[in-house]
Amino acid sequence: MTASGISAGGVALHLDGVRREFGNLVVIDHFDLHVEAGEFLAILGPSGCGKSTLLRMIARLAPPDGGTIRLEPDTGRFQTSFVFQDAHLLPWRTVLDNAALPLELMGVTREERYLKARHELERIGLGDATDRYPAQLSGGMRMRVSLARALVTTPRLLLLDEPFAALDEITRYKLDLQLRALWRERGITVIFVTHSISEAAFLANRAVVMARRGGGIKLDRRIELPERRDEELRLDPRYGQEMNALLQAMEEE
Amino acid sequence: MKPLKSAIPALIPLIAVTAAAEFAVRQGFVRAYLVPAPSSVLRAMLQDSNELLRAIAATSFSAVTGFLLSTVIGIAIAVFLSSSRGIQRAFYPYAVFFQTVPIIAIAPLLVIWFGYGTQTVVASAFVVSIFPVIANTLSGILSTEPALRDLFRLYGASTWVTLFKLRFPAALPQILTGLRVASGLAVIGAIVGEFIGGQGLGSVVDIARTQQRVDKVFAAVLLASVLGLALFGLINLVSYLTLRRWHVSEQS
Repeated sequence: MTASGISAGGVALHLDGVRREFGNLVVIDHFDLHVEAGEFLAILGPSGCGKSTLLRMIARLAPPDGGTIRLEPDTGRFQTSFVFQDAHLLPWRTVLDNAALPLELMGVTREERYLKARHELERIGLGDATDRYPAQLSGGMRMRVSLARALVTTPRLLLLDEPFAALDEITRYKLDLQLRALWRERGITVIFVTHSISEAAFLANRAVVMARRGGGIKLDRRIELPERRDEELRLDPRYGQEMNALLQAMEEE
Repeated sequence: MKPLKSAIPALIPLIAVTAAAEFAVRQGFVRAYLVPAPSSVLRAMLQDSNELLRAIAATSFSAVTGFLLSTVIGIAIAVFLSSSRGIQRAFYPYAVFFQTVPIIAIAPLLVIWFGYGTQTVVASAFVVSIFPVIANTLSGILSTEPALRDLFRLYGASTWVTLFKLRFPAALPQILTGLRVASGLAVIGAIVGEFIGGQGLGSVVDIARTQQRVDKVFAAVLLASVLGLALFGLINLVSYLTLRRWHVSEQS
């Protein structure tokens, strides 16, 4: 079964021969990656392997120095959303105004953007926190606001850069489940950069392990686990096998 | 009631020092023409209250006008400097240089340019108080988090939108720190300006000095400090009102 079977709102992504350098340092070179519409892809790799650089290029926040990055179908701007490490909310804005920010910047009317932001916040379980300020929220709640902000534009591609790394494990599990659920509901394409092997195996339908600086992809593996991912999966021997395969790829030099 | 209670520790040394000074002067430990007794300072304030009130009004006007000019022009200069690294390299050193020129040395120049009167005093208050506004605003604007800049770019925000919706609010705590420093400096600048070419607390001090009226000098100096404190308190109030919901500096 391929992930595209359940997709409706996703977009395919094609990276061909992508190259990125900082001065003399080549961070990414000859990089090819093809992601199907509606896929949930996890990207693993050591620090400094260019994972974050790759995400920024896909989001068009930085141009590649060589090669091409294509979305298919490409319906113009604003089909990509980005969730950063830590929630990165604007502390002087309420939860509602934070969630509505992308639409505000895109020029959507106040009425419409509040409607959509309220809707997203309700879906993620923050319907009664709309008037609060980020300083009054827990880390997990802040990250959920960040997710709502990313989803408010109904993106077709969601990029996440180690989003839950700073959270405690329980909160992280809960958010993993929530992210997986919203991916299944909406069928959007998700690319999730993480340091955590267990998180990658738990969430993704496919995992890519990147090599050290400029070395390309060491492992590209389909995660053969049931579609339904919950606490029981963590006891499933197949889950252990997937984690082991990813771990081995991470460890080999 | 709470602010009143928290002021008590600060009042104790004030009362103690005042009482000690009164005692020292009355007992003849300190000559009254060097340090006046607090009671005679109070008497001077009451006796010359009309003159002092006019002086404090004039100094307040000049200091506040100079401070407001510093705020507006300082922030505008910081925005200009923040627009590119090249512009910063070209102009920022001059801002720093400007800051190191002692006001007392250029005050006569201000008199030549603006003549005797309020303009010179305002210019003096402005010149000494603008630099902390520039420096703090610039550093605040430049330290916007890269991830947030990315977020604004992702959704197509223009430079101006990013400035007003992200960089300014994010820099606000630092801008207010700059304004706090600038408010005190503006009062000093106004007094210095009045020494050389204006009417106000500064000229009262200068004239009282030549008349050997140490009590009046003290009265004017005291009022100048009160003016500085009042301005500082005003900025603190603005800071509290704008930051209390979101910034750690105003939460406890």
